Formats: sequence, C-alpha cells, structure tokens
Amino acid sequence: MKFMLMMNHPGKAAYQINSWPAERIQAHIQFMKELNGKLKADGEFVDGQGLIGPDQAKLVKADSSGRPVTDGVFPETKEFLAGFWIVDVDSAQRAYEIAATVSMAPGPDGKPLHMNVEVREVMQGLPT
Amino acid sequence: MSLTAILRELTPQVVGVITRRYRDFAAAEDAVQEALLAAAKAWPTEGVPDHPKAWLIAVASRRMIDQVRSNSARRDREQITFAAAEAQDLHDDSLELMFTCCHPALTDSSAIALTLRAVAGLTTDEIARAFMVPEATMAQRISRAKATIAKTPFEPTIDRLPAVMHVIYLVFNEGYTAIDRVDLAQEGIRLGRLLHALCPDDPEVAGLLALMLLTDARRAARTRGDELVPLDDQDRSLWNRDQIAEGSALIQRVFGPGPYRIQAAIAALHDDAASFDATDWPQILALYGTLAAIEPSPMVELNRAIALAMVEGPAAGLSALDAHPWKDNHRWIAARGHLLARAGDLAGASAHWKRAATRTSSTAERDYLLKKAARSLG
Repeated sequence: MKFMLMMNHPGKAAYQINSWPAERIQAHIQFMKELNGKLKADGEFVDGQGLIGPDQAKLVKADSSGRPVTDGVFPETKEFLAGFWIVDVDSAQRAYEIAATVSMAPGPDGKPLHMNVEVREVMQGLPT
Repeated sequence: MSLTAILRELTPQVVGVITRRYRDFAAAEDAVQEALLAAAKAWPTEGVPDHPKAWLIAVASRRMIDQVRSNSARRDREQITFAAAEAQDLHDDSLELMFTCCHPALTDSSAIALTLRAVAGLTTDEIARAFMVPEATMAQRISRAKATIAKTPFEPTIDRLPAVMHVIYLVFNEGYTAIDRVDLAQEGIRLGRLLHALCPDDPEVAGLLALMLLTDARRAARTRGDELVPLDDQDRSLWNRDQIAEGSALIQRVFGPGPYRIQAAIAALHDDAASFDATDWPQILALYGTLAAIEPSPMVELNRAIALAMVEGPAAGLSALDAHPWKDNHRWIAARGHLLARAGDLAGASAHWKRAATRTSSTAERDYLLKKAARSLG
C-alpha cells in the first residue's frame, strides 16, 4: 500500500526554518537525510521531495478565457505544503510509525518539533 | 523454451543447490543472481550450454568461493564441507527454498519480493516495476528480508506450507486485480504449479492452483478498455475454456472442506454457468456457509449475503448484509447498493454507489461505481 506523508507550513512566509541558527538548520536537514536513507535501506521509499518556500508559491486560477492568473489573495489561515514522502508499506499502521519519525525532526532549540504530519493513502489503478 | 523461461525455471533449483552446498542462503541467492545475469549476457551470443543448470551452478559456486576468500570475517567458512550436491534430491531443495522465502518473521511484501526473485526467477527490476517502486528500494527490501532470515533461526518444515500458499495467493491477487500487470497473475499460477508438483498429495495446494486457474480464466472479460466489468456483466465467450477445464477437473478431484478448495469450487460453479442468473446459486450459498464455518471473515459474510439474495431475493440478502455491517468498507456499501437496485430502490442504490466510490482506494473501482451511480438515475 502506498501512502503520502505531508509536512505543512503555516502561512505564505518564507520557511520559518530559514531564521533558525545555522547549525539547527543543518541538524534538521541531516535528520531528514538520515530518515530518507533509512526508508531506502528498509525498502519502503518510493519518493520524497522538498518544495521551495511558500513565499515563492503562486496561487493560480484561470481567467474567463482560460489563461492563468497568478498571485491571488491568500487567506491568512492557509497552510502550504513544505515537503512530502511516498512510502510503500504493508499497513496504515506502518505509515503512521514513519510519520511519527518525521514528526520528531529537531527544531530551532534542537528538540523534536512534534510536527503534524498528514497521512493519506495514494490511490492506485488496481481494484482492491 | 525462451532463454528467459529456461533461466526462470532453473532459478529455484540452482538457489536450492547452492544454499545446500554453502549453508548461506543470503549469499547463495546473491551469487545465483549474478550467475543469472552472466547467463543472460553470455548465452544470447554464445548459445545455451548443453547443461545449463550445471553452468549456473558452476558460476554461482565460483562467486561463492570468491566471496568466502575475500571476506576475512568469514574465514571459518573455509571449513565448509561440500555436500555431494549431484546426489541431492533437487525437488526437496526447491520446497525448502519456498519455505525459507516465506519465513515467519518477514512481512508479506518482503516474502513476496524474495519469493519472486529466488523462486520465480524475476529480476529485481522486474519485481520493482510490478510493484511500482524504485529498483533500489526493491533491492533493499530483498536484502533486508535475507538479513531478517539470517538472524531469526527457524526450521523450514511442512508447517510453513500455509505461509507459502498465502504468499503465492497474494502474488496472484496482485496481478489479477491489476488491470495493466498481467505478469504477476501468471507468476502466481507458475508458483502454484511448482508447489503442486512438489506437494502432489496436498489437497489445499491443488485447491489453490485450481482457484487461481478458474479465477484467471475470466481475465479477458474482466476489463473493457481500462474499465472494470463486473461478473454479472461479463462477456462469457471471452473466458478461457482450457483453463476452466483444467481448474474444474482439479477441484473435482481434490474437493473437501478447506478454504482454498471451497473458494475454487465456488469459482468453478461461476465458470460453469452460462450467465449470472443461471449460476447454481443454492450450491454457492451452501459453500459460503461451509467457508464461514471454517474461516469466517467479513468478506465471506458479504459474499454469502449476495448469494443469499440470488437464492431468496434481495430482501433476504439485505437482512444478511445488515446482520454483518461493515459500514466503512466500499465493497459492503457497493453490495448493499446492488441489492437495493435489485429491490427496485434505484435512488438508494445510487447513493450507496456514490458513497462507495469515495471509500475505495482504487481509481478503477471508483470510476466504475461513479458510472453506476450516474446511470441508475439517468
């Protein structure tokens, strides 16, 4: 079963992480690299990507002629996706365990962030 | 026989021999993989050797010896006694190999991956593509599986047979239920045939093979383009009559109160019928009753309720469904929709199919359910 794990960032500002002390940023990145390495070594990794900061996100919609209109007004409460993983595991429970690991990534004080990670099954072509 | 077919057929035999000779399954399987790759490269130009199995054994053995020599941590292995491999009963090796690949400490997906490589002879890349994961991920899954086996001792005895059947059935289902991956269903059947040849007197093993043959026989009718076609709507002239004949003969010979055999008998009854309505539903209902007694599950109750509806009418089926509610399961919701439709409540049916469409993780099922929901009101 394939699951997507999503890390969200509150608001359209540049990543909060950019304002952390440099070595805390590195520690966070190193944590993610090791997590990816472990997922690959365990045979569970399908994909994992980080997205450029929300301050560089565009909201796009079509105008009356179907042409793209960028940079609409953002509601204050909108969250932005920061990064995602796709993992191939035998159960939802295993996906939640991996998400819990993600959630423990270290923050600006070096302590685990206990981030919220959204987990949803990826739809596939085959009938179940 | 094609080169690929020759190599695949020899894979489990060679893995068995090398494992028996050097007592290191993980290294043996790797060595055989390398020998298979070497054969795939050399034989197209040099021709298939007169004794292809001996060739593979020789190349894999050389790899094993090189491994032993270069690995200083395993110096004690230089005391390996070389069994008189030629005298071994190779059928025993293959069966023991299948037991090993279905080691109790492995997850289903690990056992499947290892079985497909070491027994079915698929390459890592082929297995990765079949499961839509990167090749490196699949390679690691297999390595991890072997490491788990190495550190958890167990006896590969006949009581591992149910685990092997379970893995084979999972392989088959992975292929059977995938619209665009024909190969895994065929691999499941191939593994089923191998197991049946190794355990000719086990009736459940025969039942599993019959079930796969009888189910796979309907493949061509199961899709129209890339749309799902359910059993009640299939063009039965597209069913594979040879496979039906083989599966039916097999289950008739071995029938008895075992879960695979009962499911095979049900499949045989479906395959024997000229139409959905002409199916021997009373017999199917009785068989589901027996299955519910020996291996109860929500799926069995669901199928029994549908069979009951076909025998006693939709009201009886709805009562049976509601007696075993599975309210968040898309199959249960869809089945309830079908029975409501049969009872004349099209609006209710449509609402159920719409809800079921939101609960399935399969895009093919979702599309089929949405189509039914729209059509029933149209």
